[in-house]
Amino acid sequence: MMHGAGTENYLNAETTLRSWLLTTDHKRIALLYFASITFFFFVGGVAAALIRLQLITPYGGLVGADTYNRLFTMHGIIMVWFFLIPSIPTTLGNFMLPMMIGARDLAFPRLNLLSWYLYIAGGLITLSALLLGGVDTGWTFYEPLSTAYANGYVVLAVLGIFIAGFSSVLTGLNFIVTVHKLRAPGLIWYRLPVFIWSTYATSLILVLATPVLAMTLLMLAAERLLHVGIFDPALGGDPLLFQHMFWFYSHPAVYIMILPSMGVISEIVPCFARKSLFGYKFVIWCSIAIAVIGFLVWGHHMFVSGQSLYASLVFSFLSYAVAVPSAIKVFNWIATMHKGWIRFDAPMLYAFGFIGLFTIGGLTGLFLAALAVDVHVTDTYFVVAHFHYIMVGGAVMGYFGGLHYWWPKITGRLYPEYWARFTAILTFFGFNLTFFPQFILGTLGMPRRYQVYPPEFQIWHVLSSAGASILAIGYALPIFYLGWSILKGARAPANPWRATGLEWLTRSPPPPHNFASAPEVVRGPYCYDEEGNALPQAAHG
Amino acid sequence: MYGLPFWPARAGAYAGQWDKLFIGLLILAFLTAGLVIFLLILYAARYRHGSKADRSNRTRKSWRFEVSWTIASLLIFLILGAWGAHLFVRLYQPPANALQIFVVGKQWMWKAQHPGGQREINELHVPAGRDVRLVMASQDVIHSFFIPALRIKQDVVPGRYESLWFRADKPGRYHLFCAEYCGTDHARMGGWVTVMASRDFARWLSDQGGQPSLAAQGAALFRRYGCSGCHGQSGAVRAPRLEGLFGGPVPLSDGSVVIADDRYVRDSILLPKAQIAAGYQPIMPSFAGQIGEDDLAKLVAYIESLGPEKPRGQ
Amino acid sequence: MPCRRRPMAEQAPAFQYASLAQQDEASTLGMWTFLATEVLFFGALLAGYSAYRITHPALFAEAARHTRIVLGTANTAILLTSSAFMATAVEMTSAGRRRAAAVCLAFTAALGIGFMLVKGWEYSLEYGEHLVPGLNFDVGLHGGIAELFFLFYFFATGVHALHLTIGIAMVGGLALRSASADPPKAISVRMIGLYWHFVDVVWIFLFPLIYLVGRNQ
Repeated sequence: MMHGAGTENYLNAETTLRSWLLTTDHKRIALLYFASITFFFFVGGVAAALIRLQLITPYGGLVGADTYNRLFTMHGIIMVWFFLIPSIPTTLGNFMLPMMIGARDLAFPRLNLLSWYLYIAGGLITLSALLLGGVDTGWTFYEPLSTAYANGYVVLAVLGIFIAGFSSVLTGLNFIVTVHKLRAPGLIWYRLPVFIWSTYATSLILVLATPVLAMTLLMLAAERLLHVGIFDPALGGDPLLFQHMFWFYSHPAVYIMILPSMGVISEIVPCFARKSLFGYKFVIWCSIAIAVIGFLVWGHHMFVSGQSLYASLVFSFLSYAVAVPSAIKVFNWIATMHKGWIRFDAPMLYAFGFIGLFTIGGLTGLFLAALAVDVHVTDTYFVVAHFHYIMVGGAVMGYFGGLHYWWPKITGRLYPEYWARFTAILTFFGFNLTFFPQFILGTLGMPRRYQVYPPEFQIWHVLSSAGASILAIGYALPIFYLGWSILKGARAPANPWRATGLEWLTRSPPPPHNFASAPEVVRGPYCYDEEGNALPQAAHG
Repeated sequence: MYGLPFWPARAGAYAGQWDKLFIGLLILAFLTAGLVIFLLILYAARYRHGSKADRSNRTRKSWRFEVSWTIASLLIFLILGAWGAHLFVRLYQPPANALQIFVVGKQWMWKAQHPGGQREINELHVPAGRDVRLVMASQDVIHSFFIPALRIKQDVVPGRYESLWFRADKPGRYHLFCAEYCGTDHARMGGWVTVMASRDFARWLSDQGGQPSLAAQGAALFRRYGCSGCHGQSGAVRAPRLEGLFGGPVPLSDGSVVIADDRYVRDSILLPKAQIAAGYQPIMPSFAGQIGEDDLAKLVAYIESLGPEKPRGQ
Repeated sequence: MPCRRRPMAEQAPAFQYASLAQQDEASTLGMWTFLATEVLFFGALLAGYSAYRITHPALFAEAARHTRIVLGTANTAILLTSSAFMATAVEMTSAGRRRAAAVCLAFTAALGIGFMLVKGWEYSLEYGEHLVPGLNFDVGLHGGIAELFFLFYFFATGVHALHLTIGIAMVGGLALRSASADPPKAISVRMIGLYWHFVDVVWIFLFPLIYLVGRNQ
């Protein structure tokens, strides 16, 4: 076991299986989520690997058309709903949010456990649908393909997503109430770390967007089961209404994925630059602005769908508006490094990777928001590359950065630094090799979701697949060296990075209820003196 | 082999204008990404832990920087947005005398019908230097008609007509793709667009054999489906006459006025009760599910040929 | 919601809270946040309904005339009355008048059941007219757009009825406990009251949108 010399911590307080499966400790629930999202990440990853293998040749040698369609559907559904959306909030958020605000747990611990069970139930139902015979609609479930024509287990898959949606809502609700009501004395809103602000903004989206998806999927299931028309034009319905309702959720869902990651980067950059975050208030209000404006841009997924010209013009303008706060954040992270004392530990390398890749993802978003450009590149690999730069280059880089940053706190062990740095760099290069060629493919006109393609595109697909194999190694390596560190790693001190947040006031790993008494917060986050020495937010834990 | 393809083929003037916008965006993207990466590397090197670089006089007031880069980003974004919108609006303004071709998408093929009655599948022959307007319908799910060399794409949503216009200048063969995932053989739903010099195009049309024109085929269907029983010369029931209808305004019973375009004609056949012409009873039965998209195109072409304009075609 | 039934609950807050007042505030905020989710859940449904209503105004108005306005109005009155009893129950619980609270809660639940009975009767009449999509809708008789209307009608009222059923179960439970030796905490009654009023408000939107709009054209 990984407890330090006889002291009680949340890991060794109880050790039975029952104590894990019925735990209400936010830290243990976070670990349950860690295990489950890692499982789903690799399931989705296997699907991605098969997709990249298939596309090495233009003639579709590996699997048939129906299998290929099921593979990319599975990749999308698993990665979006069972990895990316829960990834940072349910793991790092669950673990760190109470600790960073000086609370002993979330507001509703049992609800938190219920969220995990709902997630697992939804995940198993959807996974069984995907493995029993698969779903060949794409993760977007566009009508009327998904109801009148597709022949997979659509209803079962949708049911799983519906149930996992409740998990999202309850997690968001729990976070919102916790941030409002359980902050330590002295921790006013403007002293909250950016990670808390961005998790809060994410929770708003979870609570307000998820129910729209739930209703949309219910209607889809009703249409498919009862053979009645809601969205099917053959029965008087409108397929575009489905797209509007679907993207009303699924566009904000992108911000569910990226906002927590931005929060993680805002923790890492000041800590490893030994300098306070530049423009703190701008950064936090940008998170809120992204969450709010993010609800108003869904129509930019539908520029060629036949929606009205005026709708497209408005959605294009708003899409530019939502890009501004993201740009501001990037500038602030860079300004934070100016005249700092920069260290290059693995979390900081992931943060560098995040900033670079997110910048490219954001800039290519500007291409897609320009209406005429979108007409050509939408539904091509350009879009595929763009959203992977945001969701994998951005969100997943941030997830790994945060995982390394808080690993000593979570496990009480230090990970092997040089392996971690090597992996961060390998992932960065593997990622670019995988997805940069896809921008060129999209510009050339290669449509997405093609299992065969014109042979002149092959060179870029081969490069992309080569990059994917490097990326796969980059994602597999942490399993080994982080796993090794749990068993053999050096014991971590309470505050190995000499950071300022409240979570570092506790022992590593933390005791069951985090704080013996609530810490008295005396200053805002990220206070460092001229020499880069940390000024903690509170004196004791 | 194919070398390293970087840029899509260009088959028309619009593609050239599109390329200019795209290059403008590329320049902006490279400048911005370059600046970000340059500053990251510069600061990482100069202010690495242990370096002796000067760290005095740190910037404390941040709002001036914040306001300036906010406004700068917003202005640049607005210019790009306006440029993109300017080109986009043109796609919604088809020229009046375009050659009209009906296209039907179905799992998993594109079928085209020329005004002269010529039909083709997964191929589209068009004359160079002439405006072409496609009137598109889908028989089953959503498809998307995509010609990369012309930088245009339009989803074809079942239940309604969509239109797409272009003008190709450079003869050649260009890819035609379905860009919206539509089921099993989505990846094979496509073919070639052949742009031909107008003389070659005329020869190609005549080589397709002599079939009746689309409007003539429509006239036959007009009788076969029984439309002529009410809308014809000696209609037993009082129904709107269709001569001179197309392209003009139609007053409706709810007081509004619509233009009788192809979408209106199609909807009136399939959903006759949705828009009732003023002064008539809603007694026409719906033909939804009874007339396929191919035949609908012929009927629309026929009713269009009755319109005040001269019938289009060769 | 952590409305745990513990003997010492009135004295000690759960371990993560500093005081009972803080715990009650958290529970209340949690309920309001949950209701915000519910607003968007029903909002999506009503947005879809409204979109089609705007697309097919005449056909929707014609279909809406098949609904039973008398039964709908009666149900509106029943539900509004139940909300008055619920509000009174919350006040009685706060004032410590347990018997009065139990009676009010029982009336609330009974009126909820009454609503469900009327709704069920209405459904059966509609079944008799072949108006139930997916079961016996007669497209030849009523038309495809009317089917779309009735699909939304059954969807909206069905999801509402499901919410009401959960509400009846919770309020019924509160009524029994209020009459027992282990009365519920005031905060529990207040939160379930919030939920009950929300379900009522949903009906206040459904009633005019389904029964009244375009009725007298």
